[in-house]
Amino acid sequence: MAEEGWEPKIVAFCCNWCSYGGADTAGMGRFQQPASTRVIRVMCSGRIDPLHVYNAFLEGADAVLVTGCHIGDCHYVNGNEKTEVKYNFLEEMLQQLGLEPDRLHLNWISASEGERFANFINEVTAKVKELGPSPLKPEGVK
Amino acid sequence: MSKLVGAVAIAGGGIAGIQSAIDLASSGLKVYLIESSTTIGGKMAQLDKTFPTLDCSMCTLSPKLAEVARHPNIELMTYSEITGITGEPGDFTVTVKNKATYVDYDKCTACELCVSKCPVKVPDEYNEGQNNRKAIYLAFPQAVPRVFTIDADHCLYLNKGKCGNCQKACENDAINFEDTDKEVDINVGSVILNTGFEPYDASNLEQYRIDHPNVVSSLEFERQLSSSGPFEGHVTLADGSHPRRIAWIQCVGSRSPEIGRNTCSSVCCMYATKEAMVAMEHDLDLETTIFNIDIRAFGKGFEEFYQKAKNEKGIRFINSRPSGVEVDPVTDNISLKYEAEDGSGIKREEFDMIVLSIGLTPSDSSKNLAKIAGVEMDDNDFVKTKIDHPLETSKPGIFVCGAMQAPKDIPDTVADASGAASKAASLLSSERGNLVTEKKYPPEKDMGDEIRTGVVVCRCGINIGNIVDVPDVVEYAKTLPHVVLAKEEVYACSTDSLEGIADLVREHNLNHMVVASCTPRTHEPLFRETLMEAGLNPYLFELANIREHCSWVHQNNKEEATKKAKDIIRMSVSRANLLQPLYQEKLEFNKDALVIGGGIAGMNAALDIAEKGFKVTLLEKESELGGMLLKFTHLQDGRTTKEVLEPIIQKVESNPNITVHIETELTEQEGSMGNFKGHIKGANVDEDIEFGVAIIATGANELEPEGYFSYGEYSNIITESQLEQKLDEGVDAKNVVFIQCAGGRNDERPYCSRACCTVAMKNAIRLKESDPDRNVTILYRDIRTFGVWEELYTKARELGVVFMRYTEDKEPEVSEKTVRIFDHLMNMDFEINYDLMVLSAPMVTPETNELLAPMFKVTLDANRFFLEAHIKLRPVECATDGVFLAGTSQAPKLVDESVSQASAAASRACTILSRDFLETIGNVSVVDPELCIGCGRCTLVCPYNAPELKEVTVETEEIVYITKKSEINPAVCKGCGCCAAECPTGAITARHFTTPQIMAVIKAYGEGI
Repeated sequence: MAEEGWEPKIVAFCCNWCSYGGADTAGMGRFQQPASTRVIRVMCSGRIDPLHVYNAFLEGADAVLVTGCHIGDCHYVNGNEKTEVKYNFLEEMLQQLGLEPDRLHLNWISASEGERFANFINEVTAKVKELGPSPLKPEGVK
Repeated sequence: MSKLVGAVAIAGGGIAGIQSAIDLASSGLKVYLIESSTTIGGKMAQLDKTFPTLDCSMCTLSPKLAEVARHPNIELMTYSEITGITGEPGDFTVTVKNKATYVDYDKCTACELCVSKCPVKVPDEYNEGQNNRKAIYLAFPQAVPRVFTIDADHCLYLNKGKCGNCQKACENDAINFEDTDKEVDINVGSVILNTGFEPYDASNLEQYRIDHPNVVSSLEFERQLSSSGPFEGHVTLADGSHPRRIAWIQCVGSRSPEIGRNTCSSVCCMYATKEAMVAMEHDLDLETTIFNIDIRAFGKGFEEFYQKAKNEKGIRFINSRPSGVEVDPVTDNISLKYEAEDGSGIKREEFDMIVLSIGLTPSDSSKNLAKIAGVEMDDNDFVKTKIDHPLETSKPGIFVCGAMQAPKDIPDTVADASGAASKAASLLSSERGNLVTEKKYPPEKDMGDEIRTGVVVCRCGINIGNIVDVPDVVEYAKTLPHVVLAKEEVYACSTDSLEGIADLVREHNLNHMVVASCTPRTHEPLFRETLMEAGLNPYLFELANIREHCSWVHQNNKEEATKKAKDIIRMSVSRANLLQPLYQEKLEFNKDALVIGGGIAGMNAALDIAEKGFKVTLLEKESELGGMLLKFTHLQDGRTTKEVLEPIIQKVESNPNITVHIETELTEQEGSMGNFKGHIKGANVDEDIEFGVAIIATGANELEPEGYFSYGEYSNIITESQLEQKLDEGVDAKNVVFIQCAGGRNDERPYCSRACCTVAMKNAIRLKESDPDRNVTILYRDIRTFGVWEELYTKARELGVVFMRYTEDKEPEVSEKTVRIFDHLMNMDFEINYDLMVLSAPMVTPETNELLAPMFKVTLDANRFFLEAHIKLRPVECATDGVFLAGTSQAPKLVDESVSQASAAASRACTILSRDFLETIGNVSVVDPELCIGCGRCTLVCPYNAPELKEVTVETEEIVYITKKSEINPAVCKGCGCCAAECPTGAITARHFTTPQIMAVIKAYGEGI
């Protein structure tokens, strides 16, 4: 369990066409979220290298979200299918390193699903708050 | 024609108008896109998902909206309508009335400050009146143009002279209550009409009780399903609870001659199935029932979608048309009475919600516009066209497309729209480029050695400024690496601020720029242009989104929002500091076209391209031009196929830009768009060929239904095409039986072949008309005479053709002289005598598809037709650039659809051929050959086949060896960066999203937490 008042730090990788748009739509709809998450935009979720995710943990993220278009909706035909393949591998690797499953998520969010984006941030933040700081966090970072 | 004007007026800014506009503008013509509402997007913008793939409608549409907004050759005229059209082909004067919007579009930044101050609530049209908007409004968040409009009918100030709150709230002085309607004349060479349809008003049919709060129209239901709809995607009853049982009633306002609605609306069966499926995804326990006359799943992938809905999702389809909705006077519950399919009589069933599948009808404004344009209408108030000229109105130079011509779905509308654009562009081909102006930018300045980054933090009025402590953030930004200047703006995107940003770049010699404001998805192009005006490469700009991702979602936590804004800016600056200038490469290319297949589609495509001045090679593998139509003798409008084929064959053969090779096939093929190289071999030719674009129009064939319904066993069982040949000689059979779906809609060929019901109807009518005493019976599963062809079905019934339904599990049993059929309603077997049996067999693909597909690196679908790039919005393009589809090579279709699609393919192809150069995108990926080990991972993940392994000779000091290295074709790369993430050695750089750039952002993230 984390210290009183501790807030999780989350990195969300978003693709330009769908999930980044979903985060935008959450804003337009004023779906309130905890200020836990920082978005990193790439053109396609297929650009997200497992090393990016791993490095985000090493920099102190308590959870990392990999997000993209729904399967079938990818702006680049099927980039998200490749994301899924890489993600599955990464998930297994990070769990072997002792990372709890709730710290890494793959989610498909369309540009119109603002509420879904906000709910997702709310849910992950709540879960990670229970888990406390990530075991991969560098020393001295809260 | 004395004068030709290189401009086109497009009436209607729905998906059809958008597609026509993009095609024409990209072909070097000036476009005026005239739309009566405040935004383009049309009905598609209101849809939640699209069938049969359940794609998000807005997600696929909004990039097109943005493309129109940005296109330098398109002049948007929203809130406008056409009041007059005079002149002649090549030189029309179109009078356009611009309605007063009371908002200065140049000043409005869509900051929304006015909205919360407006006290007036108006039913929101976008959500079909199911919630309210204000009197000053933006139709929906993705609206284009992204500016607010005052609704003059409801504004307090305009009607009563008091209020004016919006004017007080606006910090940019954009409200102008003195605005007036204006009328302008525009001079154009051609006009395209595509003002679409109007959903049928169900209140005309009192028996369906749309007045009851739990009876809704399908469009109201569509909005309820949408996450941007009135209930955030939750289907909701009047009492706020959610329904358990929902029923759809099909054909409300369609297929109803008794109310003057003769046509089938073509889309309702599929949208109802889609709506039921999506509703069940939201709520797994939901029970859904669709009451229908026939299920018309006739388009590509539709039958498979319908079977999935029925067999896997458990949607109940009941073949019965309820006479109306009954409301219990005591409980107010709603129920339907219908005839049970098993013959057990009339049943009554209660539902929580009833959705009326309302049809597509011509709108009053469309009818009025047709009158202004002086074009002929048909009896159903659609614009009259001919099967072989489906885009041409009765008036030369004026073209029509989409649902104004007949009820149709999105892909057919999009194909029409490109087709109409092709017709207009052919007329004006000599004027290409004459009326468009290219924007000139100053040359790029020297970047110098030092990174000098500027940061502008936008207050967005109070949107950001009231939540985020902007002065504090500005001070923080000044402390970040390489930041030489940081300042705040009230509205960074206002015209004067943009000029201010350009001045900052010049005065402080900045070479990287960060604006912290809103989303790059809407505003990046604007700021990039500002950088270009200041002599900086547009790729040196970075947007930090502190509005949508920050101030708007942390409204109650100013402290955290301010901290987050600092984090976002720190991360953005770290990225901006590493951004590199990128350039679009200009490549020379081949401007000839190759059309494969000399049927009605291939010939039309070849002609449309040739008429624009490009050279075309047309290949036909048979010994004469004409394709599948040669096997049929008549069209469904009564004309002979000869009448239609002869003039077009003559035109093709006499066109100096077209070279025809009969009995010839493409045997080899390589290269990419603009640079295809192949080999053709045939009766009189055996040579290499080079071309820039290719159109695949290889068509389809009627299946020989061997093994179905005793075909081949008895000589009096024939196919539709064989019947047509016979009919010309005269048929004396007294008893004729047709069997539909002979070899189609089964496990082997799960698709519906779309045309056969209409063909059977045409032939049944001919049989009856030539001998009224003849008995004609059609055994069918669903009659799919969609759109205006429904009238043929009505006529066949009037002539006395007998229709009997059969189901797949109890197929008719055929012996030499009789056929046995089980009738579900009567619950008994019938035996029918016949002298002649006609099987409606599906269209099947030619085997050559299997050879062509790998040659062009394109994909075939499960039924071996060619797969288009996007089932809704790119129906005639392959995923491989420069390769297009026309006619039945893509899916079964009728002649008019093949012709329209052929023009569409030509139009899309000519948007490429009209360019001076092929321009790459800036952020293509590149391979470092030193690091590449030739593993080929990149070639496996790229959906566009941009990387290719090439043999290279490597010379080192010790050894010379031959190996393979990947090379990415910049003309084909789309910049997704998937290859860079896959490359095991880091040899691939995804430009603009390089590994160092992404890593810097991650590091900057860590520095502040």
